[in-house]
Amino acid sequence: MDRILLIFSTFCFFLGFAYTLFALGRGRYHPSLLNFSVMGVGFVFQTLFLYVRGRELGRCPLTNLFEVLIFMSWSLVLIYLLIGTSYRLSLLGVFTSPLVFTFQVFALLAQIDKPSTLKPSHNPWLSMHASISMVAYGAFALSCVAGLMYLVQAKQLKTHRLRPFFFDLPPIADLAVVINRLLLLGFVLLTLGLIAVGIGGSKPAPSENPLTLIKAAWPLGVWLLYAAILVAKKWRRLSPRYTAALAVAAFALALSTLWGLNFISEKVHF
Amino acid sequence: MNVICLGINHQTASVELREKFAVADTDLIHAATQLVATDGIEEIVIVSTCNRVEFYAAAHQPEVGFSALNQFLADRAREHQYDEGVFYKYDSPQSIRHLFRVVSGMESMVIGETEILGQVKKAYGTASTAGSTSRHLNKLFQRAFNVAKEVRTKTNITRGSVSVGSTAVDLAEKIFGRLAHCNVMILGAGETAELTSKTLLSRGLKSIVVANRSFERAVELAKVVEGRAVPFEEWHTHFLEIDILIGSTAAPLPVVTREKIEPMMKQRKDRPLFVIDLAVPRDVDPAVNDLEGVYLYDIDSLQAIAKQSLDIRRKEVTVCEQMIERHVGDFINWLSNDSARLAAGASYLPPNRQSTPL
Repeated sequence: MDRILLIFSTFCFFLGFAYTLFALGRGRYHPSLLNFSVMGVGFVFQTLFLYVRGRELGRCPLTNLFEVLIFMSWSLVLIYLLIGTSYRLSLLGVFTSPLVFTFQVFALLAQIDKPSTLKPSHNPWLSMHASISMVAYGAFALSCVAGLMYLVQAKQLKTHRLRPFFFDLPPIADLAVVINRLLLLGFVLLTLGLIAVGIGGSKPAPSENPLTLIKAAWPLGVWLLYAAILVAKKWRRLSPRYTAALAVAAFALALSTLWGLNFISEKVHF
Repeated sequence: MNVICLGINHQTASVELREKFAVADTDLIHAATQLVATDGIEEIVIVSTCNRVEFYAAAHQPEVGFSALNQFLADRAREHQYDEGVFYKYDSPQSIRHLFRVVSGMESMVIGETEILGQVKKAYGTASTAGSTSRHLNKLFQRAFNVAKEVRTKTNITRGSVSVGSTAVDLAEKIFGRLAHCNVMILGAGETAELTSKTLLSRGLKSIVVANRSFERAVELAKVVEGRAVPFEEWHTHFLEIDILIGSTAAPLPVVTREKIEPMMKQRKDRPLFVIDLAVPRDVDPAVNDLEGVYLYDIDSLQAIAKQSLDIRRKEVTVCEQMIERHVGDFINWLSNDSARLAAGASYLPPNRQSTPL
């Protein structure tokens, strides 16, 4: 039942993505309510899925990579709907829908929805840590989307080769501001997530399996990565273009290591 | 009922001829009232702009309608010789197609321009006020405005800008968003720089600084663009305040070099710099474009973008024509059905008996 909800949601994101791809291909894209509407409907189905899955599990649905990907996609759309207000009718939603679509298709097809073999934890601090961190990744994902848009536009402006959809992109100065805010938002949320686990999570003993230590270190690694970007931005006067490129690269790195973390999670639990 | 159109435009008549037959705004209501009282013309809308003078009329018999319009023009021409051969005459469906093309900007001097839609709306509004429109022209013009909207939103006919000045303004908006917080500096006092800064000013700039070798000329231009003049030697002291730099001097060598502005760019934090180099020879060293956060456009690159926009618009013509053709067909069907209904006994209300547009 819950997978049907997810398929409906994925179909919504596919519709928005396919329409835009078709329109851009014909050089005739115009911002419309379509993308925003399908993202809204897709979000409703995502929320229903997470609710049903959460009811079945009796806790926050973050027990395997499948659920992690869906939760992150949901966070991404949530952040877009909440703070992307100024760009609802712009290409920001267009760049977001393919990312969410890819996450969900991968989640549905990759046989990763396996019941967790781990004993369920009822520690509310751990649940809070996991859910806040996922929303933080949603913000980082959206900063990656905005970063891509910035880079595409900066390239076109520099080379003077303007594609027809150039005129539908948000102004480059606005994108730079959005990227900074999303990075900061994600960083603050991730910090709160780490504080939550710091307060309520059990600490791995130094003698424990090294995989346990890696799992404990991973969120800290992501936190340090984004902290480094923000510090460089503040103190080293990182240009908006480099910030955009780093927002893309950092999220790609965080995403690729997420798989590794999940693998470790299956092996280690604390 | 037929819809007829009689007119001249920039493609068929010289400005000398167009101005002879132009109907002044103050005279539109009188002319419309006069025409609608003429035998053979049931309803009338007069569109008179700098590029066209057109009469759209609803007439039971096209020939009678054309003759009434010819007589009206001959009377107005007075001492000028009225040659009716100069005017194009369209009966339905050509007249309907022509109106749809006009409001969509396809008959304009600059294809896809949108000013004509406002002008036609105003002409229709005036005719309505004069009581010279009724069900047929009301329906036709409302449909025409919908066609224009559809063409503009569903095609690229209005995409981009086709002049150097408006292209520069579009680019500025793509870089900064709203221009209300942007400061502009004009180096030199060339005519193109003046026009471009006026266009920028119309989009709500924060301020304009003019630096010119002749300080008097700088003061003169500053007055025109509501800015302030600074001595040319001091232009770089204002560099940190500005967002847009327009180069328009007659200097034989670049005034703005990479070496000069690179150190200053480092102090600008995240603020991009848009440089519009309208001078020939160029005022800005092309290497400036390699600097982080600087977007340099010279006259050639702006013209290339304007041409690209024009090419995009031209390519859209076929799509627009197909769209228009569909609406022409729909309107002709409505016109035929309406005529049949009237012939079957429904009464036709003259313009002065119908107060609300359909």
